[in-house]
Amino acid sequence: MSSTSATFRIWRGEKGKGEFRDYKTPVSEGMVVLDAVHQIQADQANDLAVRWNCKAGKCGSCSAEVNGMPKLMCMTRLSDLPLDQPVTVQPMHTFPSIRDLVTDVSWNFRVKQEIKPFKPRQPDAPDGTWRMQQEDIERVQEFRKCIECFLCQDVCHVLRDHHKHDEFIGPRFLVHVAALEMHPLDTEDRIPELKKAHGVGYCNITKCCTKVCPEGITITDNAIIPLKERVVDRYYDPIKRLLGIGRK
Amino acid sequence: MTEYQTHEHDVLVIGAGGAGLRAAIEASAAGVSVGLICKSLLGKAHTVMAEGGVAAAMAHVDDRDNWKVHFSDTMRGGQYLNNWRMAELHAKEAPDRVRELEAWGAVFDRTKDGRILQRNFGGHRYPRLAHVGDRTGLEMIRTLQDHGIHQGIKVYMEHTVTKLFVEGGRIAGAFGYDRERGYLRVFKAKSVVVATGGVGRAYKITSNSWEYTGDGYALAYDAGADLMDMEFIQFHPTGMVWPPSVRGILVTEGVRGEGGVLRNKDGKRFMFDGIPENYKAQTADSEEEGWKYVQGDKNARRPPELLTRDHVARKIMGEVRDGRGSPHGGVFLDIAWIKSRLPNGAEHIKKKLPSMYHQFKQLADIDITEVPMEVGPTTHYTMGGVRVDGDTQMSTVPGLFAAGECAAGLHGANRLGGNSLSDLLVFGKRAGEHAAKFAREREAVAIDAGRVDAAARAALAPFDRGAAGGDAEGPYKIQYALQDLMQENVGIVRNEADIKKALDGIQGLKQRAGHAAAGGNRDYNPGWHTALDLPSLLTCAEAIAMCALERKESRGGHFREDHPDKDPAYAGFNLVVRKGLGGRPELRRETIAPLREDLKQVVEENK
Repeated sequence: MSSTSATFRIWRGEKGKGEFRDYKTPVSEGMVVLDAVHQIQADQANDLAVRWNCKAGKCGSCSAEVNGMPKLMCMTRLSDLPLDQPVTVQPMHTFPSIRDLVTDVSWNFRVKQEIKPFKPRQPDAPDGTWRMQQEDIERVQEFRKCIECFLCQDVCHVLRDHHKHDEFIGPRFLVHVAALEMHPLDTEDRIPELKKAHGVGYCNITKCCTKVCPEGITITDNAIIPLKERVVDRYYDPIKRLLGIGRK
Repeated sequence: MTEYQTHEHDVLVIGAGGAGLRAAIEASAAGVSVGLICKSLLGKAHTVMAEGGVAAAMAHVDDRDNWKVHFSDTMRGGQYLNNWRMAELHAKEAPDRVRELEAWGAVFDRTKDGRILQRNFGGHRYPRLAHVGDRTGLEMIRTLQDHGIHQGIKVYMEHTVTKLFVEGGRIAGAFGYDRERGYLRVFKAKSVVVATGGVGRAYKITSNSWEYTGDGYALAYDAGADLMDMEFIQFHPTGMVWPPSVRGILVTEGVRGEGGVLRNKDGKRFMFDGIPENYKAQTADSEEEGWKYVQGDKNARRPPELLTRDHVARKIMGEVRDGRGSPHGGVFLDIAWIKSRLPNGAEHIKKKLPSMYHQFKQLADIDITEVPMEVGPTTHYTMGGVRVDGDTQMSTVPGLFAAGECAAGLHGANRLGGNSLSDLLVFGKRAGEHAAKFAREREAVAIDAGRVDAAARAALAPFDRGAAGGDAEGPYKIQYALQDLMQENVGIVRNEADIKKALDGIQGLKQRAGHAAAGGNRDYNPGWHTALDLPSLLTCAEAIAMCALERKESRGGHFREDHPDKDPAYAGFNLVVRKGLGGRPELRRETIAPLREDLKQVVEENK
């Protein structure tokens, strides 16, 4: 690394009102943005609010926008950023600001509560267990890698720009529904909700969510598009329509 | 009088990792009202970091496995200081607890015949760990979370508890604050479960996040409960050592379970030297045999890399100390070598260890399918904790329960990998069940208003100190000083002089913590939160150091270079710390109840 210190332009404020402030702090090999934020917190701004836990990209707590890009701060290396200019760090835009880098993500937890939970079929074996083949669960395992960082929600324009929080559950929860719908043991039907309350139709497949997913989940192609197809099959199948079946 | 809000529940669970969630689910199923307090957001607790798997003798991969072998492995690993009743219940009940997760939606990796797959791990005789790649903890916490949110549990996210109330010799509730706005809260409860995890943050190099400041230990201690086995801290042998900013982050034992080997700078597999006597019969004596074992050959014995964590950590320290370490003060962990044995080696590694692959690629610019990792010990787990009854998980304070890492007993002097995830399921369930029972059989007790006021004043004291100036200082420097002190003096290798130095240092830090000040206001203010975490850290650090000083032998996670051998004179008791009269910690020896005859036989049969 060429320089030994860098400037971080961090958003400071409460409930949406605030300003960017510049902090200069030493940088060393291997540092990530979260390290810099912590250093600033310890040395210059004890009350700088930031959420974090595992510091290894596994818990999804330290989501923020670094130089305008939705990122986990713990997985964003300084060596990948131009340090000759200030590094801007600001909270996720899609959620209400609480303070500094911390946003109110409670909406996500309320949305999940509204989704019908897992409902397994009767066990396959007398001892109450099931049999599943590895190849039949791989798609679901991909979805279950989600660490709930909500960066996909942050970048989704339906939420970010159009504020459809009341009509659209966002990519994170479409992935969640997909994980349930494609679970080999699940017997619940969530297609009517997908169409109405979950608003799957709002997604117009720009794939921004897929691009920012730190877990590399193919959100749009593997989760959302198949869900859209299920809704279309149920409600808009022309043959079923002619025969007058399957319409609710 | 300071303003606060009051909430009332039958059962209050403090901590929302695996143990807390499992306890809350069980209590709720018993029909009582349950409050669940998370220090962070729901689903972010340290369980999410667990990688390798959950130990349960389901015998899906090796039909020789059963609860008796698991019990014996756990007792051997714990050097027989374990609460054997807990070890028994754990081994017997873990399989049901794992199957239950599947009924709640967990998707474990599968065997060829469609059952839950199990893998090898250190100290387990047979492949026993149910897993999902190397993200088992995430699968477990998410399953419990997604099940739990539909059970009518009231969840308090981003709340921290600073005090437990005891009235008339019984638990009566808790006091805390919410991070977002700094509101103060009183939680009235008939019973309380502490499931707050460990105290890794007392050390500088740790795999633990900011939350693990030993809150549950300190709360229980303050309420009059016993802390037991606090000298036994697990230093996980393989944490990242480079670059500096990621030092301590965990590298799963699963790497070794999949065939990863440890080498020093000369390329030597040093683990073959100095295999402990009680493990010799079970350990491979050639590299070839070790490889066969990880490939599932039932006639082969496990490679020495899969010996218990305490032993592996000390061997690594030895290599580094004797100048045979890697460039950044660790040793080499090589999984890439298996490419010479497996046709699709690189793909196999990425499939079996996906998060390790990404962790090194992203944080250290290292491709683990090509080059070895550099690893060294990191503070990982607290074997000790709140002393509880093995069946009910109740502490010595009526109505106060503890589960998971927060409770002592199951692991004795050293925990086996994979036994933590099963611990939190088995004893989370038991704690929730018995906390609910306790609550149902009793009326609530009133909390004295004066005590509430005192708790409120203590919670806000850092702001007053900040405003007053004088000796006030920021809390971070004090926390760092403690972490350095503990790392240097009560770390992997200990001796009397160092431990005494730590005990002196802790007294000084207590003084400084009394002046820890916060600026700004109460809205999401980490400086304030850190100031309030300091007393917990210091209480735990003192208990750790006191026990470490008293145990003049080396056993499990506790190594004394001035007493390097196991001493039979120390085999028959646990060390217990309790708050004495005058508020000073008092240490005593608690004799271990003799092993039940049938269990003695089980141990003998599985020697």
